[in-house]
Amino acid sequence: MNEMTAIKTTLKDWESDQEVRWCPGCGDYAILKAVQRTLPELGADPAKTVFVSGIGCSSRFPYYVSSYGFHTIHGRAPAFATGLKLANPELDVWLVTGDGDGMSIGGNHTMHFLRRNINSQILLFNNEIYGLTKGQYSPTSREGTNSPTTPLGSVDRPMQPCAFALGAGARFIARGFDTSKNLGEVLKAAHAHQGAAFVEIFQNCIVYNKDRFADFTEKAVADTRQLWLKDGEPMLFNKGTQGLRLNTDRLHLEIVDVVDGDWKAAGVLVHDVKNRSIAHMLVELPMALFPVALGVIYDDPRPTYESALLGQDAVAREGKVANLAKLLAKGQTWTVQPEDQGPLSGV
Amino acid sequence: MATVLEAGANEGRSTDNTPEAVVVRFAGDSGDGMQLTGGQFTLSTALAGNDLATFPDFPAEIRAPQGTLFGVSAFQINFGSTEISTAGDQPDVLVAMNPAALKTNVGQLKAGGLIIADSGEFNKRNLEKAKYESNPLEDGSLAKWNLLAFDISKLTMESVKPFGLGNKEALRCKNMWTLGLALWMFDRPRQPLIDWLNTKFAKNKVLADANIAALNAGHAYGETAEIGGQVKKLHIEAAPQTPGLYRTITGADAISLGLIAGAQLAELPLFFGGYPITPASAILHNLAKLKEFGVTTFQAEDEIAAVASAIGASYAGSLGVTSSSGPGIALKTEAIGLAVMTELPLVIVNSQRGGPSTGLPTKTEQSDLYQAVYGRNGDTPLPVIAARSPADAFDCAIEACRLAVQFMTPVMLLTDGYIGNAAEPWKVPDPEGFTPFPAKFLQENNNPDGKVLPYKRDENGVRPWIKPGTPDLMHRIGGIEKAPDTGDLDYSPATHQLQTDARKAKVDGIANHIPAQEVSQGTPNGKLALVGWGSTYGAIHQAVRRARAKGLDVSHIHIRHVWPMPANLGDLLRGYDKIIVPEMNTGQLKTVLRDQYLVDARPLNKVSGQPFTIAEIEAAIEAALA
Repeated sequence: MNEMTAIKTTLKDWESDQEVRWCPGCGDYAILKAVQRTLPELGADPAKTVFVSGIGCSSRFPYYVSSYGFHTIHGRAPAFATGLKLANPELDVWLVTGDGDGMSIGGNHTMHFLRRNINSQILLFNNEIYGLTKGQYSPTSREGTNSPTTPLGSVDRPMQPCAFALGAGARFIARGFDTSKNLGEVLKAAHAHQGAAFVEIFQNCIVYNKDRFADFTEKAVADTRQLWLKDGEPMLFNKGTQGLRLNTDRLHLEIVDVVDGDWKAAGVLVHDVKNRSIAHMLVELPMALFPVALGVIYDDPRPTYESALLGQDAVAREGKVANLAKLLAKGQTWTVQPEDQGPLSGV
Repeated sequence: MATVLEAGANEGRSTDNTPEAVVVRFAGDSGDGMQLTGGQFTLSTALAGNDLATFPDFPAEIRAPQGTLFGVSAFQINFGSTEISTAGDQPDVLVAMNPAALKTNVGQLKAGGLIIADSGEFNKRNLEKAKYESNPLEDGSLAKWNLLAFDISKLTMESVKPFGLGNKEALRCKNMWTLGLALWMFDRPRQPLIDWLNTKFAKNKVLADANIAALNAGHAYGETAEIGGQVKKLHIEAAPQTPGLYRTITGADAISLGLIAGAQLAELPLFFGGYPITPASAILHNLAKLKEFGVTTFQAEDEIAAVASAIGASYAGSLGVTSSSGPGIALKTEAIGLAVMTELPLVIVNSQRGGPSTGLPTKTEQSDLYQAVYGRNGDTPLPVIAARSPADAFDCAIEACRLAVQFMTPVMLLTDGYIGNAAEPWKVPDPEGFTPFPAKFLQENNNPDGKVLPYKRDENGVRPWIKPGTPDLMHRIGGIEKAPDTGDLDYSPATHQLQTDARKAKVDGIANHIPAQEVSQGTPNGKLALVGWGSTYGAIHQAVRRARAKGLDVSHIHIRHVWPMPANLGDLLRGYDKIIVPEMNTGQLKTVLRDQYLVDARPLNKVSGQPFTIAEIEAAIEAALA
């Protein structure tokens, strides 16, 4: 996000006049609402807000938000956003992408965007499938996924978007899911972060990968399957009866029972958003054995690319006058005089 | 000192006569500094008031194995007292720094031409590497040329002895020694070189002094009686030129300056997104040093990101520019289509090289015309401009910026490796004489009764440019087909038909906003027209000049606006009985001309990685008119 004067808006001010065309029941609706509900809380100005997307179901998002929006080409949204931010760093830029768009065809751009640390929010809708092209498996699909291109089940191992982002050098990693009431808080934290804020949002594709995340997103299992992280607070779940502890012998996280709320005695870790090593462990916890780490996992800002580059350019410009005539005549020149039509002087 | 001065064969030019123009080719190992030698000789020549053209010809490898045939790097310069527009067909003088350089270049030397060879490098090992069975300096195989062989290596070592350089460093001064000799031969001033060496080695006085000593020693060697004889000092008179201030310029420099001038005339900041590729990188290098002109440069992670970032910057209200060569342009293609669809300004510079695929990275070709005009999915028209020479590239870059901004469209500017690297004298223009074309941004709702209309077209079919950040004009753009005016998603049949037609009409209409096609030499009708584009200009120009001097009815038309073509071009072409299209491809402009005007354009093609020679084109003219 950028420092800007807070503007008073309501959810209505962020709804465009376009008919939303996702499938009925798609998780994208809930994410759209969460974003539109959060933007007024941020005091965001629709005139200074730009949503940039690639291609895929998620990438239709900009059409539905009544700000500026650019629906670009498959996988390249980060590259368009880079030029946009370098040309006008004052704009508040949100990237909307998916697991296919951001991790497959656009993986290279996502990597370099995070590495450079361009100030913006990246919302990666992960539904573990290609929806718009009718259900092919994606780089985040679990092994054995049956799809039109993998009728015998996929054999390649899925990638972890948050682990990828951390590996690329991201300074903010968060996770949420489409129907979560906490998504707004996650978006606010991402917006508050100065730099590229990477948010993975588990999203239910009702048609091609229905209920893929139900095993941890359903209300009935929320307590045991969701670990909502808060900076400075212990990593507790299951109503505070279980927590995560660091096994220092084998350097991995493990689940520990908490008796009578004495999490300290149980050795439960306190979440530190600046601890990069623990962040790596949290995003790679096997889903089947552990609760899913959600909320702000890592948040440790450092200077953005645009501030560094444009700052360097400003220094380079200091004391220099942009004189085109002088520039054109730079280097060794000579003058041809009308009378002799030959060289008179080398300068 | 082995000064071998063979008697020249009877054929060939006499060195006693002062020629109008001389072609000198410096050839050596790619590590011998031949490009630098040639570049400095160019500067001295320009300062002596000669018109000139150069042709750097170097291998793709940065440091190919020493002494090998494929590691030879050459630099050719044609200079003289008449108008020069090509680097010359055949060298008059060949400077060969080793056997491989002699072997790969001597075939092109004019009969009776002069060979200057470093006999010190003609040892057994180097002769073997160059696949010579016996020493050509001694076996009489060079009899049809004048041979001047002496141990340049040894002479250089002696001249730099007082500076205590290591063996390797001392030998590096060989190119300056050779340059000194060349300057003496053609009566060129040494002072600019001395100044340049002092600047270049400002931090290492010893190297500066050693190089200057080598330069002076080479010059002095020429002055001493040891050469004399048949090799006379050649003084080429200054060429008549329009009065004014001059400098030399390469195409890459001219494009960089033209882009800066174009952005200034559009009153826009310039954003350049690039990715390293031969031979286009020089533009990114140049612009990265010119921040004070409101330039932002960005080295992207790949070609796609380079163009995408430029489009993103254009969307934000800068003049977005990207550049590459054929393979990189191919990667950018999808994003260029988005710029056509969203109707955003963008300048794409294509420094063409030999293709397909990686092809000939350091050699020249004009084979990306189809790619520029047709090479996108969908009906995706955009203007294409082609520069004909290094100096012309400056004007073309400004023209590309103008069309991009005035018509909200990507524009492709075609240049090539030859134009990019070659140098020619350039009359420095006065920016006061340029016509500004300030960009206009929509500031207020163009539809006061409703929502803003980002795709409302003006009388030229051009939509408004709206910067994100402008209050109350929020809207969405994208690559999906859109309704007229509102830009809302709409892929109904009628809309796609209407918008496809509108995009085509806008680009076609640009033909009314560009200069009419002129005949660059000859008459507006007649027996034969040679129609060219791009860097073949010089060779066609000279060939037509010679043919016309012989009384042949031939004219030269050179097309800058490759797409859309000037409105009068069809009628103009129909005024000739025959049309020949010389191109360094297999006939791309020829096909476009046939398609557009149903004229019987005939191809004259060359794809060897080397520019046309004047003689090749002259022969085609004579055959057509025979």
